Amino acid sequence: MSDNILEIKTLNVRFGGILAVNDISLDVRRGKIVTLIGANGAGKSTILRSVSGIVKPVHGEILFEGENIMGLTPEQIVKKGITLVPEGRRVFPNLTVLENLKMGAYLRKDNYDNDLSYVYRLFPRLEERSWQSAGTLSGGEQQMLAVGRALMSSPKLIMMDEPSLGLAPLVVRDIFSIIRTINENGITVLLIEQNANMALKTCDYGYVIETGNITMQGEGDKLLNDERVKEAYLGKSRNG
Amino acid sequence: MWEKNKRTICNLILVGIIILLMILIDLFAPSTSMWFSVLRKVCTFALAAVSMNLLNGFTGLFSLGQAGFMLLGAYTYAILTIPVNMRSNVFRNYGDSVIHFQMPLVAALILAGIVAAFFAFLIGLPVLRLKSDYLAIATLGFAEIVRGLVQLQSFGPVTNGPDPINMFTAPKSITVYAAISGISIFIIVLMINSTYGRAFKAIRDDEIAAEAMGINLAHHKQLSFVISSFFCGIAGAMMAMCNTSVSSVSFTTSMTYQILLVVVIGGIGSISGSIIAAFIFYASSEWWLKFLDLETYTKAGSKVPLLGPGFRMVVFSILIMIIVLFFRQGIMGTREISVYDGIMKIKSVFVKDRAKGGESHE
Repeated sequence: MSDNILEIKTLNVRFGGILAVNDISLDVRRGKIVTLIGANGAGKSTILRSVSGIVKPVHGEILFEGENIMGLTPEQIVKKGITLVPEGRRVFPNLTVLENLKMGAYLRKDNYDNDLSYVYRLFPRLEERSWQSAGTLSGGEQQMLAVGRALMSSPKLIMMDEPSLGLAPLVVRDIFSIIRTINENGITVLLIEQNANMALKTCDYGYVIETGNITMQGEGDKLLNDERVKEAYLGKSRNG
Repeated sequence: MWEKNKRTICNLILVGIIILLMILIDLFAPSTSMWFSVLRKVCTFALAAVSMNLLNGFTGLFSLGQAGFMLLGAYTYAILTIPVNMRSNVFRNYGDSVIHFQMPLVAALILAGIVAAFFAFLIGLPVLRLKSDYLAIATLGFAEIVRGLVQLQSFGPVTNGPDPINMFTAPKSITVYAAISGISIFIIVLMINSTYGRAFKAIRDDEIAAEAMGINLAHHKQLSFVISSFFCGIAGAMMAMCNTSVSSVSFTTSMTYQILLVVVIGGIGSISGSIIAAFIFYASSEWWLKFLDLETYTKAGSKVPLLGPGFRMVVFSILIMIIVLFFRQGIMGTREISVYDGIMKIKSVFVKDRAKGGESHE
């Protein structure tokens, strides 16, 4: 089996004539954290949604563990071991924290008690609030719940869409340290971020996407020190 | 876990008391009592409201096809339970009925549900792709189509055309209604508390997140629609029993709105709310407010102003407006009634009082 858990080859996605993703190819190495950075509307979310089967691409190939998963339903893709933590958290507000977590394990027929206690160990706050409805949690707690819910399907690849969106800087640090912990426990992470600084520091490999095309790629710290990336995504202040 | 069990036991005791009260009314109330007609209607519409709540409140699908599914249930039940020797009399305008057997009550009830569920399955395939208002309009249209179709002359030997069907099995005792309604609602509650129910609620809360968790949206929406329609069909059969006569003209859109009103007043997403609201709604519109429709004269002989035919609906509508204005979430919101929590609350008030008393002594 190849080193790449996920390979995307010449992926094209259109939304009513508008090209959202244009011939993008990228690889995700098994056991690594890979990040896609880029401005709003660059097509990052669309790539993740194509992988999870919510959006239907025009053409291209999406290989997961060497097998083409393009055209499968979201249900089949979750069963294969890919989960998406959607943008804006999207927890189920009227369900309790525990019910939310159970929804993450919806397709599993086996016993998931171990995963539940694993999630509670990662996020002790969720165990304290397991009977509270998810809508009453703070933004950071909801993000933790969204990540925990995704982990409940015991994925091989977890894809996160803007996990730092709208969170306080301290909470963002927590979330990123959790992402590292999850990765150290053997789950491959594909991460989308607008907080390029934080994302590039955390990741092993990064891609820069502009209006549907990959313009740069490289290891995280290399991109972090690249003048063009600095200028476009990290702000000039870092030079001073 | 123990806490949860105590809650269930307390609620079961409450249900037991209600059933006992109904049996007592059955046995001892005079046969002219309003309790009979009102409670029969309450049982029927409580089930209709709960089944609508399963769809609108728990799955988030705004459907207004209730009258159509109830009609299908009512007709199925009525056609199947007419005694064989009465058939030629009921269907006299069309020669004779095409069906020449009589089914027992329970079998006919279940079949009434199945027919409604089957049509829901067929309609759901195209219609459930629609969202919110569009879904409501499409299902509303379906209900009207069904109502039109059963009146067709060519269906006469089956549906008796525009003429009413009567002479079918129609039990009088409230216990029968309470049992049918109670068992059905119990099954719906089990359904809502199962993994499927949780998936329905997840779809209601956030479709995209539900899809990302691997929930098959089309399949689950269809399932909820079919189950809701099954129990709607049974409610329709109960309505046939209530009226002892079935005619398509009684299954109008305004009946769907009444059910919707019960659901909203009780709280969208609360089963006990729907049941309480059904009781309040039908007891007040059919009984407690009846006096408003009668022309009343004072002792001096002068007429009490405003009271007269039609005034009841004016007062009733004002009451509904007040409820919707001041209880925006309905009576129960999304909560359920819990005897145990109530007892605990009362207990805590007493305990606090005693603690205060102790302090003042010292």
